[in-house]
Amino acid sequence: MNIVIDLPTIFAFIIAFAVFVYIVMDGFDLGLGMLFPFFPEKKDRDVIMNTVAPVWDGNETWLVLGGGALYAAFPLAYAILMPAIYTPIIAMLIGLVFRGIAFEFRWRSTRERNQWDVSFAAGSLIAALAQGIALGAILQGVTVTGRTYGGGWWDWLTPFSILTGLSVVAGYMLLGATWLIMKTEGDLRERAYMLAWPLLVATLGAILAVSLATPFLDAEYARRWFAWPNIILTAPVPIAVAGVTFLLLRSIAKRQDYYPFPLTLVLFATSFGGLGVSIFPYVVPRSVTIWDAASPHDSLLFMIVGVAILVPIILAYTAWNYWVFRGKVNADSGYH
Amino acid sequence: MFEGFDAVVLARIQFAFTMSFHIVFPAFSIGLASYLAVLEGLWLWTGREVFINLFNYWLKIFAIAFGMGVVSGIVMSYQFGTNWAAFSDKTGPVLGPLMAYEVLTAFFLEAGFLGVMLFGLKRVGPKLHFLATMMVATGTLISAFWILSANSWMQTPAGYAMNAAGQFIAADWFKLIFNPSFPYRLVHMVLAAYLTTAFVVGAVGAWHLLSDNAREGSRVMFSMAMWMAALVAPIQIFAGDQHGLNTLEHQPAKVMAMEGHFKSHPNGAPLILFGFPSMKDAEVKYSIEIPKASSLILKHDLNAPLAGLDTVPRENWPPVPIVFWSFRIMVGIGFAMLGLGALSLLMRWRGKLYDSTLLHRLAVMMGPAGFVAVLAGWITTETGRQPFTVYGLMRTAESASPLAAPAVATSLIAFIIVYFIVFTAGVIYMLRLMAEPPHQGEEGPRGDEPSRAAGMGMAMATDAGKG
Ligand code: HDD
Ligand code: HEM
Ligand code: HEM
Repeated sequence: MNIVIDLPTIFAFIIAFAVFVYIVMDGFDLGLGMLFPFFPEKKDRDVIMNTVAPVWDGNETWLVLGGGALYAAFPLAYAILMPAIYTPIIAMLIGLVFRGIAFEFRWRSTRERNQWDVSFAAGSLIAALAQGIALGAILQGVTVTGRTYGGGWWDWLTPFSILTGLSVVAGYMLLGATWLIMKTEGDLRERAYMLAWPLLVATLGAILAVSLATPFLDAEYARRWFAWPNIILTAPVPIAVAGVTFLLLRSIAKRQDYYPFPLTLVLFATSFGGLGVSIFPYVVPRSVTIWDAASPHDSLLFMIVGVAILVPIILAYTAWNYWVFRGKVNADSGYH
Repeated sequence: MFEGFDAVVLARIQFAFTMSFHIVFPAFSIGLASYLAVLEGLWLWTGREVFINLFNYWLKIFAIAFGMGVVSGIVMSYQFGTNWAAFSDKTGPVLGPLMAYEVLTAFFLEAGFLGVMLFGLKRVGPKLHFLATMMVATGTLISAFWILSANSWMQTPAGYAMNAAGQFIAADWFKLIFNPSFPYRLVHMVLAAYLTTAFVVGAVGAWHLLSDNAREGSRVMFSMAMWMAALVAPIQIFAGDQHGLNTLEHQPAKVMAMEGHFKSHPNGAPLILFGFPSMKDAEVKYSIEIPKASSLILKHDLNAPLAGLDTVPRENWPPVPIVFWSFRIMVGIGFAMLGLGALSLLMRWRGKLYDSTLLHRLAVMMGPAGFVAVLAGWITTETGRQPFTVYGLMRTAESASPLAAPAVATSLIAFIIVYFIVFTAGVIYMLRLMAEPPHQGEEGPRGDEPSRAAGMGMAMATDAGKG
């Protein structure tokens, strides 16, 4: 695998970066939504909502950037993939509608049992599941004829895509639980600790299952992971996962509030890197490479200027936003 | 529900439906964000409590409108790929970068400062908070800039070339972004957003004046809104006229449809006020006309010749009745807005601005007018571009994704159900907030108090000092 540093490669990394930032940032938001059923009391739910209310919109914008940049930098891939995963994408969008409006609506509802809490939880679950299924559907490869998608509208549904869907659900819930550990206190935090255990086990199980299943999708995946000399690069991935798991377990056991969340991020980063090893340099696995799909040099050049200047600025004010709302959130915080 | 429709028609209905829902919220939040910035600025400058009360009052409504704009916008951004894959493949190299810049320069800016704007006044103090409000307002305008540039390029493509794969590629970015119809569309749309907001604010003010005309909050907002109406409505009519002249130059068939000109008029075309256009018979039935007036408006000459749709191949005709009617609705509302603005000036001059029940009733009735005009305007623009997605270069039928009709029908039904549930609730919540008059010591969203943090004593102490 020799990686050529050219504009398409740079954009592949930019998009991967946007998607990764999205996964970890909106991942914990969606995770919180899916954890709602475990926190039936209104006062706890208010606190949970308040931990993300000021930042969720920014988190979700990374998804818009991922999609927008794919359209701009690899239009052919965007044009092939979106119809291929039509149903999961539409489901994800609808899920995001339900959970997004809940942030404002739930404070306006006068009903005793808040229907927007259900909307928040169900929307988060649908969105997370759909994202995972979409990932699996892309990994397993799609039918391409000419410059278009050539398959049917149910091709995405396979046992493998269901597995990746459930894996993402488990992973996001773990992110949500560790976020709560970091941002809350007292009884709420204690319950988040109790949830973190089984969720960590589920996430690890999912990582293992997906890792075992991937080489069976395609001989090429297997070759990449196990053939010499690649194995020098890929062998550390499982070792890193094991190491992070150990640290995570220890920090949970020792009740070190500020460790589990960042460690979970590292776990995600490792798995995400593993995915990259499997896919690169394809954007549509096994059929279209980043160079086949790339926009002309000129379009990429026009954008790279903006990305280089603006992304650091965006990261700076996003960090400022998190800084303004830093620290633990508690129940008697003046919200009604 | 949709048996017998082909996938392209379904995709068009879906796009039009989701887009129409989306545009309602940006039209309101672009205007409201600027209004909030003005209110907060006035508060900082004059120190008058009424301004911060109004700010907090509208902030709650803004939060709901903005949330709905965001969720419906995300749907839009993915629909290019899901439903218009061929279009995405071909236009990605030129329109993609514009959208990417929209995300980088506008969406992140809005989202990054929204949290502070909504919940952060006590945490960051008034000055930084004002900065956050300004950033959000600026973000909405930058967003309009990029998306309208993209849309205008589809109407009046410029600065492009084609590559071997049949894709549009950039030849000159400046020409591409500042394509011929873009300046007109940007001005017209931003003014439309301001007018829409002014009429909502005016209606809410008027509503509360009707029950008690002594409240300071209702008076201030009503007066501000009526100034906007009186000043901006005439400018908007002028901008619309200029926009029409530009369209005549670049998309003559669209103007023919707007005017209902099926036949060419070699010496002076009539202005058709009303009538029933029939595509089949290529004429406007039961029309009421002013002779030669159309030539006067479009060419500034009573006897100037004007070509009609008979000079355009039939397969390139836009759906005339839709364009004809939506255009009249928009223009009618434009003049009604002008009328209300003028009436408000008269009442103000007579010192009856806060006492005229007639004016207040009319203002309440006109509250939703801006939304109707915005939708009518977009339907004119988009339907008038048919049967092309990229005007004259790429047909709508060649733009669609290779999807089976049942797939699109299912998603369309899902969107219809979900949008009606969700957005009806949102509108009800907004109306409920508007039904209450602004109070003294009006609270911001969630009681104005940001989540108080434990274990950050120093920061809290300084925050409290500022607050
Ligand atoms: C950058 C792209 C873009 C932007 C900013 C807009 N549109 Fe659009 N519109 C399209 C790109 C597009 C399209 C992809 O090109 C469609 C899909 C099918 C078609 O013919 O054009 C379209 C179709 C379309 C139709 C259906 C017309 C028909 O099929 O007869 C309507 C009613 C609208 N749009 C309405 C809107 C509204 C209310 C907008 C306001 C914001 C808007 N569009 C902005
Ligand atoms: C097909 C066209 C359009 C697409 C794909 C689109 C896409 C989007 C997306 C993805 C968002 C959410 C951004 C976020 O996460 O904060 C959004 C919001 C927004 N859009 Fe659109 N949009 C379109 C048309 C328009 C038009 C024509 C305007 C204005 C003239 C506009 C103005 C805005 C504004 C101001 C917002 C911020 C949220 C709000 O104010 O409610 N959009 N749009
Ligand atoms: C009498 C006054 C008006 C005239 C002559 C006028 C003219 C026009 C024309 C010719 C177009 C189509 C441009 C094209 O696609 O080529 C248009 C579009 C539009 N109009 Fe108007 N307009 C008027 C009033 C209004 C008002 C009051 C509003 C809203 C408050 C409005 C909102 C819009 C919008 C949102 C569009 C679509 C975006 C665009 O193409 O700019 N218009 N108008």
